[in-house]
Amino acid sequence: MANSDYKTIVKDGLWDNNGVFSMLLGMCPAMAMTTSATNGFGMGLATAVVMAASSWLVAIFRNRITTEVRIPVYILIVAAMVTVVDLGMNAWMHELYKVLGLFIPLIVSNCLPLARLEAFAAKQPPVSALLDGLFMGLGFTIALTAIGAVREIIGSGTLFADASLLLGPTFKVIEMRLLPADMGVLMMILPPGGFIVTGLLVVVKRLLDLRAGKEIQMTGAHAV
Amino acid sequence: MTTSQTVPVASPPKMFKHGVILCLFCLGFGLILAITNEITLDDIAARAIEDKQNSLSQVLPDDLHDNNPVTDTLTMANAEGKELTVFRARKGGKVTGVAYEIFGTGYAGEIKLMMGIDADGKLLGVRVLAHKETPGLGDKIEVKKGPWIERFTGLSLGNPPLERWKVKKDGGDFDQFAGATITPRGVMVAIRSGLEFFAENKTRLTEAN
Repeated sequence: MANSDYKTIVKDGLWDNNGVFSMLLGMCPAMAMTTSATNGFGMGLATAVVMAASSWLVAIFRNRITTEVRIPVYILIVAAMVTVVDLGMNAWMHELYKVLGLFIPLIVSNCLPLARLEAFAAKQPPVSALLDGLFMGLGFTIALTAIGAVREIIGSGTLFADASLLLGPTFKVIEMRLLPADMGVLMMILPPGGFIVTGLLVVVKRLLDLRAGKEIQMTGAHAV
Repeated sequence: MTTSQTVPVASPPKMFKHGVILCLFCLGFGLILAITNEITLDDIAARAIEDKQNSLSQVLPDDLHDNNPVTDTLTMANAEGKELTVFRARKGGKVTGVAYEIFGTGYAGEIKLMMGIDADGKLLGVRVLAHKETPGLGDKIEVKKGPWIERFTGLSLGNPPLERWKVKKDGGDFDQFAGATITPRGVMVAIRSGLEFFAENKTRLTEAN
């Protein structure tokens, strides 16, 4: 269990204990929402907001919530935060809502927020919990954007298409076409592509970790 | 990961305490939701009207009307007995065109479209409102993804003749997409039944009040 050292929390969330690539949690949105990098990014950010808010609330009330009723209370808190995000996005970020609206309610059934509440927020002071929720959510965003980018490049030949709908017209410049329109491999945008790309990226992360880990082990062995 | 403490069977007073805690949380977060709903209510309603206006303005050209079709509506029952809201475009009080939603069956469920038609029964335009078709295949029915749907503008029940209102594969006049026949076929059927609905209810749809 991570201690409340803030740096560890940040590193755990973003990379070491990444929700998608290490814990393999939240697979449903990770595959369903990543037909493009922009969609993955938007879904990730929405999840991060919900996770930060619910982790913080759970940590505040952690001494009030008895063990017996903790699960319904956690679900209540996550569901309430999801509804707040859902309504707020519908009202003030409507273009994005039209893209992601269908999937926002699914955050309730994403096991990543619940897992973090149970494993971390329930035992930590509010600031640590808020950080953990936020950075776990941002790690989730990175993972979803990466999966979405790979699928979009191979599947449709574009990268960050429609990003201006999500982030505003200034981001028109990051919308790229890397391959001609008819060269896309359709399968990558369909569900099998989600499984294939997620699997491959998990392998990539393990390989990177392994390489880093080996060096650490080797230096450790030399030191001894 | 989780703490594996054994939970002793709670005695009644303790059970009561848990119940109260749960109840308080429900009340508190229920209140938060009520407040959020209250704050966002007007904006969400405004967005819904804007959406409707956007889709209507694509099938009812601006120069055709001097009223606001979003609020000038008429409720009728369609061929399946479902309630249908008809949006009317008027110029100087006379109905110059109407728009209503039509429904087709695609590859992955219902396709919802908005169809605009002028007082003579000529198509002003068709736009997809919602669908669940395969991205990259069936979604070419969206005007954003391809010009296919614009092909219908200006056509009517007699042009082409009724028996040619099919995709080419079924012996009709309209292209299907490579790899997707069911989607365009579903859209075709929806448009045809939309035109027939207009033909059957023409007087009711175009009368002034």
